[in-house]
Amino acid sequence: MDNFLKILSKPDNIPIVIALVLVAFYTLWGYKQALVNDRAIRETGQLPPPDKLSVWPYLVRTEFIGAIVVMLILTVWSIVLNAPLEEPANPTKTPNPSKAPWYFLGLQEMLVYFDPWIAGVVLPSLIIVGLMAIPYIDLNPRGNGYYSWEHRKFAHASFQFGFVVLWLVLIFWGTFMRGPGWYFFWPWQYWDPHKIVALTNVDLHEWFGIRHQPAMTIFGMTLVGAYFSLGFVFWKWKNKTSYVLQQLGAVRYGIVAFLFLSMMGLPIKMFLRLAFNIKYVCVTPWFNI
Amino acid sequence: MRLDDVKKQILNSQIWKSVFRHDYKDTQRNRFLQILDNVFLHLHPTRVPRHAVHYGYTWGMGGITFFLFLVLTVTGVVLMFYYRPTAEYAYADMLYLKHDVPFGMFMRNMHRWAAHAMVITTWLHMLRVFMTGSYKPPREFNWMVGVILLVLTLLLSFTGYLLPWDQLAIWAVTVGTNMARATPLLGHEGPFSSMLGFRPDNDVRFMLLGGTIVGPPALLRFYVLHCIFLPLAASVLMAVHFWRIRKDGNISSPMESEWKAVQSEEIARRKMADKTAAPASKPVSAGTPE
Repeated sequence: MDNFLKILSKPDNIPIVIALVLVAFYTLWGYKQALVNDRAIRETGQLPPPDKLSVWPYLVRTEFIGAIVVMLILTVWSIVLNAPLEEPANPTKTPNPSKAPWYFLGLQEMLVYFDPWIAGVVLPSLIIVGLMAIPYIDLNPRGNGYYSWEHRKFAHASFQFGFVVLWLVLIFWGTFMRGPGWYFFWPWQYWDPHKIVALTNVDLHEWFGIRHQPAMTIFGMTLVGAYFSLGFVFWKWKNKTSYVLQQLGAVRYGIVAFLFLSMMGLPIKMFLRLAFNIKYVCVTPWFNI
Repeated sequence: MRLDDVKKQILNSQIWKSVFRHDYKDTQRNRFLQILDNVFLHLHPTRVPRHAVHYGYTWGMGGITFFLFLVLTVTGVVLMFYYRPTAEYAYADMLYLKHDVPFGMFMRNMHRWAAHAMVITTWLHMLRVFMTGSYKPPREFNWMVGVILLVLTLLLSFTGYLLPWDQLAIWAVTVGTNMARATPLLGHEGPFSSMLGFRPDNDVRFMLLGGTIVGPPALLRFYVLHCIFLPLAASVLMAVHFWRIRKDGNISSPMESEWKAVQSEEIARRKMADKTAAPASKPVSAGTPE
């Protein structure tokens, strides 16, 4: 536990704690307002258009007070806590563990489950592209300009799953539960630099007795292809009866399905690794997944 | 009595009146003019929906993020007076800031904590915009600009992380930039890159660092990116971001068009439900002449 508190109180890790507390607070506040709005819409069918206030003084006043409060917080924070400064840079002395800045630790944690080309390049790019695509793939006209939940459940669930579970929780995990050698440590455990963990990872094709190329490649590519074709199966199944799917159309639906399945690939791969010690599901001569 | 006279003298002087066009008269017209005639305040519309003033709707996160950017610019410029981005001097200048420069450590602390805070407030701003559905038409483009600004915020923080040139800095940046070598096609450890002839000394990571390790050239590159390129890019995009808020109809609020869209959606859904139910009734209607 001492060890955990020591890492927790590192000046650069304080922001993680602040981020988690703030996200929890604001998310709950937002959903509280969403429930109020949902009820109003259920009762009257719509929200009344808001009346207007003049910006001077009502908004300018709020902004001014906000700026003072932020400045006050920053001043106190800067007096109480010093920015870290360690030994001079030394390229020959690698610290163990070496960690990226805290906001990238979710990505670094993904390296356990995927090779760097996926965890470090493809998935971050997909996060950026996926975020940018949101307004063009969410065609639901409801909930524009007010907090709401009832008619936007899928949008909310997938965004919050990506942001809270896959982004914030992995940051927390990567920061506080990964010690020397990037081994897993519980908060109450001491970070033993000499910890040895037996390498028991296997590739999925070994379960099926496949040990040679090109059978490995064919097996793996088939599996990954089958996973992504789940999107196609769902389209065939629901397209006739689902208004949402018909609104989306084939191209937009394809993008939604690809982004969604890519996102869900991470928790699936995490589960396979943590529960069954599976390293790769697809091994080819050029890359592994 | 005499103080009032002085006050009147000042307020009626040509100098005062040339600087401040309006006093605090509490009229509608004067309230509008306060906003319209001020270069900084005219970023705002003159009137906003009531919920825009209520902290619970916006959380003030966009504004706070912008304010933090300004704090970072000011403290960053102060730090630039004392800091040289070369491997020989960088760490020594950090010690100089810490021990000798008056308020040096305070400036550095404020720069670092404001940077971390800005990362958090950018995320929260995105969360708020998502939860209120404010990315929906007509604000799709501004959401995209916002995503790029989010990426720039992270890159600004990341490039600044290297500048102290201590163990924390170079190893965090080493871990981060090592990802670049796994870039498919363009990084020397990425899939298919060896077919294109990429080696550690000519791939995309080499271009980023100016070397095969995080060394002095990387320090200079990150410094220039951190102090010039990225803030400029962010400033331009912020201008677009703020401009588009005004052009896309100011702050998002419940719109008449939404209820109309919902109504026509209900009709379309019902029609579709009828159509899918139709095959069952088809044999019956087949017998009746059209």
